[in-house]
Amino acid sequence: MPGTLPTIGNTQFKLLEKLCNACAVSGDEGEVRKMVLEEVKPYADEVKVDALGNVLVTKLGSGKNRPRVMLDAHMDEVGFILVSDDGDGLYGFQTVGGIDPRHLPGKPVLVGKEHLPGVIGMKPIHLANEDELKRKPSIDSLRIDLGPKGKAKPGDWASFATKFKHVGPSIMAKAIDDRIGVATLIELVKNAPANIDLLAAFTVQEEIGLRGAKVAAYAFEPDIAIAIDSTPAHDMPSHDGSESPFYNTKLGLGPAIYVYNFATIDDPRLVRFLKETAEAENIPYQIRQPGGGGTDAGAIQRTRAGVPVVSVSVPHRYTHSPISISRVDDWKNTLKLLHLALERITPNLFTGN
Amino acid sequence: MKQLIQNLTETFSPSGYEDAIRDLILAEIKPLADETRVDTLGNIIARKGEKTSNGQRVMVAAHMDEIGLIATHIDEAGFVRFTTIGIPFPRYLLGGRVRFASGVQGVIGSEKPDKKNEIPPVDGLFIDVGALNKKDCPVNVGDVAAFDRPFVEMGTRLVAKSLDNRAGVAVAIETMRRLGGGPNEVYFVFTVQEEVGVRGATVSAYGLDPQVGLAIDVTPAGDTPNSIRRDIALGKGPAIKIKDSQMLADPKVVAWMERAAEKAQISIQREVLTSGSTDARAIQLTRSGVPTGGLVLPCRYVHSPSEMMDYGDVENAVELLTAMLNGPIDLG
Repeated sequence: MPGTLPTIGNTQFKLLEKLCNACAVSGDEGEVRKMVLEEVKPYADEVKVDALGNVLVTKLGSGKNRPRVMLDAHMDEVGFILVSDDGDGLYGFQTVGGIDPRHLPGKPVLVGKEHLPGVIGMKPIHLANEDELKRKPSIDSLRIDLGPKGKAKPGDWASFATKFKHVGPSIMAKAIDDRIGVATLIELVKNAPANIDLLAAFTVQEEIGLRGAKVAAYAFEPDIAIAIDSTPAHDMPSHDGSESPFYNTKLGLGPAIYVYNFATIDDPRLVRFLKETAEAENIPYQIRQPGGGGTDAGAIQRTRAGVPVVSVSVPHRYTHSPISISRVDDWKNTLKLLHLALERITPNLFTGN
Repeated sequence: MKQLIQNLTETFSPSGYEDAIRDLILAEIKPLADETRVDTLGNIIARKGEKTSNGQRVMVAAHMDEIGLIATHIDEAGFVRFTTIGIPFPRYLLGGRVRFASGVQGVIGSEKPDKKNEIPPVDGLFIDVGALNKKDCPVNVGDVAAFDRPFVEMGTRLVAKSLDNRAGVAVAIETMRRLGGGPNEVYFVFTVQEEVGVRGATVSAYGLDPQVGLAIDVTPAGDTPNSIRRDIALGKGPAIKIKDSQMLADPKVVAWMERAAEKAQISIQREVLTSGSTDARAIQLTRSGVPTGGLVLPCRYVHSPSEMMDYGDVENAVELLTAMLNGPIDLG
């Protein structure tokens, strides 16, 4: 009994826009959690918010011997936390998750539950000396400036303020990592096939060490798991036209299937299964270059007595910056690949019977 | 046991891709074990013996994976760029030969270094499989490779790739052959993915919930010219782990091992390692904690294509492990 093949239209773009524009830095995922709960409740057999704030959704199939398949997408994004009130609306801050300070000066941010508008400023070129112009700014030297009427407190979170745009074949937004995974997972829940028990984990605190996924996987005890994330594409031409061997992924080549990163060796059987699904269904895909980085799959794999895992990502350029760019087709093909893969899962996936 | 070590070391199985070594070990141990299974991540779990009133449930882990390489990019000219699985050092890679799962062989070359005599980092190295161009290259992104070297004997020394930890695997298998009738329920676990962060041991220990844990692995020797100062030499016996960079062996386990060695008149060394760790670290921190130690084999040139051990140390490790496991385990 296949579920309906989910598509991406106006409704899905509206939802992704809402998700990307929401502020949900690691540890403060409430806004996205609320949206997820609203979307999945009508479709789920059980919805729970666990002690750490993960949203755990169970959608049961029908029939015998249904594999328990965990799908994971993290709700949190990288951002900031205020650490000092320096007066006059100026606040010292620290980054939450991996952010290169070179991305920060001159960027608008939103602070706290009320989304107070602020900016991260820096000394202008007129006043900077030669040494300062060469160095990258240290976080300690930067402030979030809310103006004297902006009242925030140390401990408030802040996120980038970029608004979502759908421009032709592209999506431009902050927090595509991993709201595009969250949006994908919501569609998979809504169209779940009946051959599996779908266990959807919308996790917290991925960007600071895969923390939510660790407890979510412990609770679910799945047979297999797939992490749905978004991964850097560094695919611009080089300045001298030479061939670059390091790009991670490329936009437009389809979903990126993982084989190896520093957090996980993806289960070769699941990698093969996804590749075979893509080839049988004529869905383009790419292998994410083996190397650094990691996804929630790393935490899930090492839960209890072990879980076979694989990750699939929608590629985007300019990761962990105020704005990233993805291709709509890559998103569509990721959703299609994952849905069709779920439909093809059998209790004997690994024995081939 | 030499033939077994040769067969084990000449088998291709980098972390995450342990199929070949798993098949070889399973064939070897099926007649020796009371019960054998493969868990969800691919660890082999083999039980020997049944627990009696004065026995314990013991986990003996020997990792069966090896360090390796994984292809990241095939360039237009047909050269294969790669990253590492585990920690093979660039100085040991350069000029080395590797083999992919498909059997394709390659040699490792490098870009010109920034400074004369400097060895480029991994991203300045590449594998040349003899391809004329990208189309002609039989390697795909994501394909894994391992060192390609035959096993050789040099006097009392054994030389091979992946003696880390196929020698440990051989010690576990030979001990299974000799054990019998003791009070303990011993689970020999041939673990996956040790070289990338003791991942197989983490999940198998959780599944087994043992009362005592041991890892069989290697320890770098400090007996070569101008080497790092380290009181471990080839030929002076297997070593008992006291500490490494990520664990303190349980003193009760250390005492048990030392008593067994004394009783069996086996000379031993004491390992105090300042870098690296073993599966023992994962077992120790499982659930509410497990008293755990390590039996480690002195080894020169660890993580190179030509690791060297003394055969007597390997044989004595089997003697010691057998003596430790055959009787009641007193962790008083």
